Amino acid sequence: MSEPLLEVEDLRVAFESAHGQVEAVRGVSFAVGREKVGIVGESGSGKTMTGRCVLRIPPPTAHVSAKRIAFRGEDLLTASEARMRAIRGRRISMILQDPKFSLNPVMRVGEQVAESFRIHHPGSRREARDRALDMLGQVRIRDPKRVYGLYPHEVSGGMGQRIMIAMMLVPAPELLIADEPTSALDVTVRTQVLAILDDLVAGRGLGLVFVSHDLNLVATFCDRVLVMYAGRIVEECAAGDLGHARHPYTRALLAATPRLDRPRERLAVMERDAAWLEA
Amino acid sequence: MSAPALSLRNVRVAFGEDEARVSAVDDVSFDVMPGESHGLVGESGCGKSTLLRAICGLNREWQGEIRLEGELLGPRRPLAFHRHVQMVFQDPYGSLHPRHTIDAILAEPIAIHRLGDTNRRINEALDQVGLGRAFRFRFPHQLSGGQRQRVAIARAMILEPRLLLLDEPTSALDVSIQAEVLNLLSDLKRSRGLTYLLVSHDLGVVAHMCERVGVMRAGRLLEETTVQAMREGRVEHDYTRRFIEASQGYDRTMAHRWESIATP
Amino acid sequence: MNALVRTGWRSWLSAEVAQSAWQASAQRAWLGWRRFLGNPLAVAGLAVIVALMVVALAAPWIATHDPYAQDLAARLLPPGAGHWFGTDEVGRDVFSRVVYGSRITLEIVFLVAIIVAPIGLAIGTVSGYAGGWLDTVLMRVTDIFLAFPGLVLALAFVAALGPGLFNAVIAIALTHWPGFARLARAETLVVRHADYVSASRIQGASPMRIVLRHVVPMCLPSVIVRTSLSMAGVILTAAGLGFLGLGAQPPSPEWGAMLASGRRFLIDYWWMPTFPGLAILLVSLAFNLLGDGLRDVLDPRSE
Repeated sequence: MSEPLLEVEDLRVAFESAHGQVEAVRGVSFAVGREKVGIVGESGSGKTMTGRCVLRIPPPTAHVSAKRIAFRGEDLLTASEARMRAIRGRRISMILQDPKFSLNPVMRVGEQVAESFRIHHPGSRREARDRALDMLGQVRIRDPKRVYGLYPHEVSGGMGQRIMIAMMLVPAPELLIADEPTSALDVTVRTQVLAILDDLVAGRGLGLVFVSHDLNLVATFCDRVLVMYAGRIVEECAAGDLGHARHPYTRALLAATPRLDRPRERLAVMERDAAWLEA
Repeated sequence: MSAPALSLRNVRVAFGEDEARVSAVDDVSFDVMPGESHGLVGESGCGKSTLLRAICGLNREWQGEIRLEGELLGPRRPLAFHRHVQMVFQDPYGSLHPRHTIDAILAEPIAIHRLGDTNRRINEALDQVGLGRAFRFRFPHQLSGGQRQRVAIARAMILEPRLLLLDEPTSALDVSIQAEVLNLLSDLKRSRGLTYLLVSHDLGVVAHMCERVGVMRAGRLLEETTVQAMREGRVEHDYTRRFIEASQGYDRTMAHRWESIATP
Repeated sequence: MNALVRTGWRSWLSAEVAQSAWQASAQRAWLGWRRFLGNPLAVAGLAVIVALMVVALAAPWIATHDPYAQDLAARLLPPGAGHWFGTDEVGRDVFSRVVYGSRITLEIVFLVAIIVAPIGLAIGTVSGYAGGWLDTVLMRVTDIFLAFPGLVLALAFVAALGPGLFNAVIAIALTHWPGFARLARAETLVVRHADYVSASRIQGASPMRIVLRHVVPMCLPSVIVRTSLSMAGVILTAAGLGFLGLGAQPPSPEWGAMLASGRRFLIDYWWMPTFPGLAILLVSLAFNLLGDGLRDVLDPRSE
């Protein structure tokens, strides 16, 4: 990997809650180049928080600190909010989980894609519309002109997610953060959407951070995998090497997942070791 | 040859009137044998949940024949039916009343059926699902997702049913919690001699829990097969094949092979 | 060393594990109460209402004079040492009348609340849960009541029933219950599709059980909040009726009636309408603040 697109060093995020301070992320460090990196974890592992903090959109009550968060060498920690706004969408984009909730229900989908372009490339509405139509075609929507005029409730889940991808890629960012992008989709639709994402990422040389709870999916889709547990990265390896995972949590997660091709009497129940919290 | 625990013939469920009429379940027929764990897989909108709701009486607008241990069911369910068939829902956050304590939630079925001996039954139910007495007077929001699902299972078990309908029981849970709940369900089935009808979109879960599987698509039962056959790839329909492959993870070549299939 | 001394009931309320249903409910109420205390305006509203109740209960001791005693020699006196709020046109002490008037206000508020909330809740939940023709019939009846402006409808009822405090209460209740019914019905329409209701139906629960034990507890918070918020309107409507001579009859010290009779004295003898007016303002405001505070605490979605 030549020059990493994203570098995160010692990211820490803490919340004030009714029971005192809760540490959601405890010293996470990783780098992402022009590759697909998967961040896997269960709920509470801190994976979503990590993704959001890269874009500096943590929840209002969170305290974020890190030694370094840099995008192509530029420090994101100390950048002004105005600078961050210029980066969000234009250089680093984020795809969210459920298009039902992330698309504006009262705006036509095509216009949302066009608006995404116009925010970062102010210019004619005509050009934005053309770009939007082109992008809808690139996510393999058969009839872009017709779909352009539809409202979010008129499109299926898979199409909604493709529109979301179009919306996030139309300003031509360099790094994409996808937070459970296919969790709300059916399994057969998932494959199509991931294929589109795969081609776009490869074709444009983007970096992709794929956050998910589905270890198997991440292992088969991404190049590298980071496994998070209780706010820490406990495993980091190439996707193909996951079978030789070293950390007991990763092995336990693999053993606990039911699979068609691996019949078992009982699923291995995870014995949580307090030592994992210290990793 | 004993009677099937559950038998469906030409079951149809439709919503809406005239032009807006949507066929959610279209001519579905299959049997569930006693002591069996029968799976139903399919993607969203295939009608599997609607079918479960029609079986347990939540939905009255169905046509066709539903037989429970040989007895034909009418549109309404008598009280005794509920001691025979119970259901566990998908969303552990929605299936427990937010303002009732666990004690109240578990006492309700006992009160409805006038079983008496409430204290003992509640304690037994909690023990059965591995929850301690400390949980009895908590409210649902004080419990984790896995604990709530255990309460939902305890509630279903309190009436000592023989047939349990499971509607995506672990879809909303983390993998490690899912493993515990699936093991619990397996244990209960073994120790109580239950029959399961498990509905899920997750092929791994169905493969782990069930022997025979029905594949549903757009309201129709596409094919009925066994988990073993699926494992060996001996399936009839292309859709089933695609579904199995997609469940194994992502594969670039697979995606391109399906290019020809309509992408709307 | 600073030792934390916890009295018995405090530790009982903050115990990790509740041992009984009663303890669980008490703990929940305690937590809600602590949240409520974090809202100073709501606490102020509650304080005013509590003060109102204290004044009403202790009226004989707080009032300086007999509210009905006329003293023509001391008429139209400005506020001063002997008469803190002055006297009215027949020499009655305004302060004492305001104090005794609090009893009437409280009576109106209490009676309207206990008539309107249960009826509205019952009709709304049954209508929302049953659906079909029952829903249609009940909602059309509600619409009929809602079609008339509140005060006009109240006037019509009082005109039909005759003036007097009790009739005024009935009239006000009749104009307020539709809003509650609508609110309860709206909540019911959402709740009836919840999985916990389905689970209850699968257990064989009758519709009555579901409505009483599942639907009503979810509607109760909105209804309670609305009750508090509409008390302001109720007091004003009662005052309006009293103003028009259709509520409490003279010489009853009802605040609205006092406003009415004192109106023509506003310029030269300002104290006569002003103090009852201020009382109405203060109590209405307090109910509004309390209602807002309760809404923040009781919203089940915030759990």
